[in-house]
Amino acid sequence: MANECCSGTTTVLFTCSGAANVGQVANQAAVDLQQEGIGKMLCLAGIGSHNSGMIASGKGADRVVGIDGCTVACTKKALEHAEVPMTDYVVVTGLGFKKQAHDGVVDKEAVEKVKDEIKKCLGPVVASGGT
Amino acid sequence: MKIEIYGTGCAKCKKLFENAQAAAGSDALVSKVEDIQQIMNAGVMLTPAIAIDGEVKSAGKVLSVDEIKKMISK
Ligand code: SF4
Repeated sequence: MANECCSGTTTVLFTCSGAANVGQVANQAAVDLQQEGIGKMLCLAGIGSHNSGMIASGKGADRVVGIDGCTVACTKKALEHAEVPMTDYVVVTGLGFKKQAHDGVVDKEAVEKVKDEIKKCLGPVVASGGT
Repeated sequence: MKIEIYGTGCAKCKKLFENAQAAAGSDALVSKVEDIQQIMNAGVMLTPAIAIDGEVKSAGKVLSVDEIKKMISK
């Protein structure tokens, strides 16, 4: 929810949510992390559509995590374009998963690996409970 | 000029509202948006946030009077 003003470190999660299998893995990882209380998911499409509220929310966060499915790097480029500084970055194919057409089943192993990578990046933030 | 402060009513939101009023003086109408649905519909995911003439300029921070004055004069 939007009332994050009284919390400590604010972490936000942007994911490409792409149509390919790896894009869907990226999206699911962000959904799961948010469910676990690690960061708040923000809409990358809101960045792409130049929504000022979404851009300002990204800029106002202490940690900005980007998750891309592949090296086309849509999240990274969209954030750069909107001048939202990304602090942590994971690419699903960079973890050894192959990009292909999404068959409707999200690869759980890949999702877990992405989540682990992000937790590693955020280490001290996660440990302190500040998200 | 129209200034809107987005926040559900915590101390930081109130402070930003006060700072905006002080920065704007009589040049702008400063109002609060406290309804969570309206806040989220504006794309604001971190509060407090400030919008000037419908454009959200900052979110998640309590800007000082001077910072808001600079924003207004741009
Ligand atoms: S980064 Fe790759 S998977 Fe994600 S939206 Fe772009 S092209 Fe698709």
